[in-house]
Amino acid sequence: MAQVTLRKVSKSYDQHVQAVKGIDLDIADEEFVVLVGPSGCGKTTTLRMIAGLEEITGGEITIAGEVVNDIPPRDRDIAMVFQNYALYPHMTVFDNMAFGLKLRKFAKDEIRRRVDEAARILDIGELLARKPKALSGGQRQRVAMGRAIVRHPKVFLFDEPLSNLDAKLRVQMRTEIKKVHQTVRTTTVYVTHDQVEAMTLADRVVVMNRGVIEQVGPPQELYHSPATRFVAGFIGSPAMNFIPCRIQGRGNELALRLADNLSFPLPPERTQRYGAYTDREMLLGLRPEHLTELKDQARPNMVRLDSRLDVTEPMGMEILVHFRINGTAVCGRVDPSVRAIAGETLPMSADLNHMHLIDPETDRVL
Amino acid sequence: MSGNVATAGALAPRRRRRSSIKNERRWALCGSYIALVVFAIGFLIPPYFELVTSLKTSQEIGSGKSPWFVHHLYLGNFIEIIRNPQFQTFFLNTVKVTVFVVIVTLVIAILAAYSLARMRFFGSTAFATGVFLTYLVPESLLFIPLFKVLSFLHLINSTWCLALIWPTLSVPFCTWIMIGYFSSIPKELDEAAMIDGASHLQMLWKIFIPVAMPGIIAATIFAFTVCWGDFLYPLAYLFTAKQMVLTSGIVSNLIHGDVLDWGHIMAANILASLPPVLIYAFLMDYYIAGLTAGATKG
Repeated sequence: MAQVTLRKVSKSYDQHVQAVKGIDLDIADEEFVVLVGPSGCGKTTTLRMIAGLEEITGGEITIAGEVVNDIPPRDRDIAMVFQNYALYPHMTVFDNMAFGLKLRKFAKDEIRRRVDEAARILDIGELLARKPKALSGGQRQRVAMGRAIVRHPKVFLFDEPLSNLDAKLRVQMRTEIKKVHQTVRTTTVYVTHDQVEAMTLADRVVVMNRGVIEQVGPPQELYHSPATRFVAGFIGSPAMNFIPCRIQGRGNELALRLADNLSFPLPPERTQRYGAYTDREMLLGLRPEHLTELKDQARPNMVRLDSRLDVTEPMGMEILVHFRINGTAVCGRVDPSVRAIAGETLPMSADLNHMHLIDPETDRVL
Repeated sequence: MSGNVATAGALAPRRRRRSSIKNERRWALCGSYIALVVFAIGFLIPPYFELVTSLKTSQEIGSGKSPWFVHHLYLGNFIEIIRNPQFQTFFLNTVKVTVFVVIVTLVIAILAAYSLARMRFFGSTAFATGVFLTYLVPESLLFIPLFKVLSFLHLINSTWCLALIWPTLSVPFCTWIMIGYFSSIPKELDEAAMIDGASHLQMLWKIFIPVAMPGIIAATIFAFTVCWGDFLYPLAYLFTAKQMVLTSGIVSNLIHGDVLDWGHIMAANILASLPPVLIYAFLMDYYIAGLTAGATKG
């Protein structure tokens, strides 16, 4: 059983730069948690504090109920996989994986058994006698994971492990990591700046920005119900569109006004929620898949927008179309069968059932 | 038609430029070769002269014939020098102290470099610079104060005084080489080792030393060469033949008054310079790799 908890954890450098600003996080036993955010958001610092590679300026970190603030990394019973693999270049794959066990004075048979088991899980049995320089990037990353697995630690820590791999291998290794977690079932904290990796791997995603946690939740929840403008914009690719708007009207008769001649009735179930925000500058958040070509069958809360396309990007399974709504550049997704040509006008529709309203003063999604 | 003219016009200057690059390259190559040949000749003449002279009898050396060629090959100088008990003492003394100093230097330099490169502590950068500055103080400035120190310790005219003195020449530079080398090892490697459960000593012994082996070899060669070839300190501190090392011994004991026994002196010099030459020959590649790593990343 290895829960990890962070209580008011903060980190500052030289008493000026605050990298992490008092974050709270509970990670359950066997859970796969991904810390995601842009560069400099404090995610790697947080991971390194859990590992014990960075001292904690304030707050408390516990692993399996034990406060580890002053415990050195080797006694925390954790294993870490680094971005650049950090394999020992002068040792064979076997010795790389066995190093931690040898230092902990495990019996030779036990070391052999554990390395073989990890090699079987990761499918690197044939590489055990090789040195790291004779391995490809993907193989090195497997060995780095093997080094973590053999230790049977309480917690796995991954620091952007796939960033050095090419795009194709990254997708393959992502699946591998998920498979390994399903086999080994160890509490895992994984840091990445790639939101696709975060969404695909995590049981829960922690979105960080400027040293604070913006939102914690399962990937689908973050996607469909983002709490802040940052999360709404960060999760999802292409990113959510933000269009300036106003809510007008009274009672149950509220309307969403995008421009002087562009106004739509709000879905009735939302009128109560948005009633308090009438006549203020607001932001409409709409994902590209909810800006599509106009379908024949009219559905409730689908509103028509005629748009002159600026750019079209055929992706195979869909076409991304870029156009403007009242001067704001937006991106929509249309079916590949649609004749979408840059410079021509295409009847589009916006699905207000999936709209988000953001208060620009607080940047919170209402 | 106009297109063709334009193409021809565009090609002509390009062709000219290409040939000028070729010319420039040829001149650069010629220049390099000339400089290298002059340099090599300049540096190889003394050892060549030494070798040629060592293979001549005293009569031939003094006969006024061309000094650049051996007319009658004579190996007697070498045989006599090898059998000379004084030369044997010098050789043995040099080997003993040099090996000792090389070991001491490596232990100090590796430990110092590891702590200066990896363990952040107050003043570590100033220390590292200080180490290098020490290296810049020349022997000729130090030998009088060091004489005082050695007399205080009653070590004047003892071979082993060199074991105390030579590290002042070898440790700073070797530490500097090793700092550069250790700094080039990625930080994640020690972090991985730390998480794997290694202490600082284990990290040094099992990770840093094996990974930095080329640097260590470079440091070894440097320390060896500095000690083996040092002339000033042995000359200043050692007086009796029993305590002397090769450099000072050859000069002090093979020259009797104004009688210069050139054949023996040259043979002794050749024999004395063999060990460094052999070491360089075998470890040259490591030496260069070690020096450049230290130079660019230190």
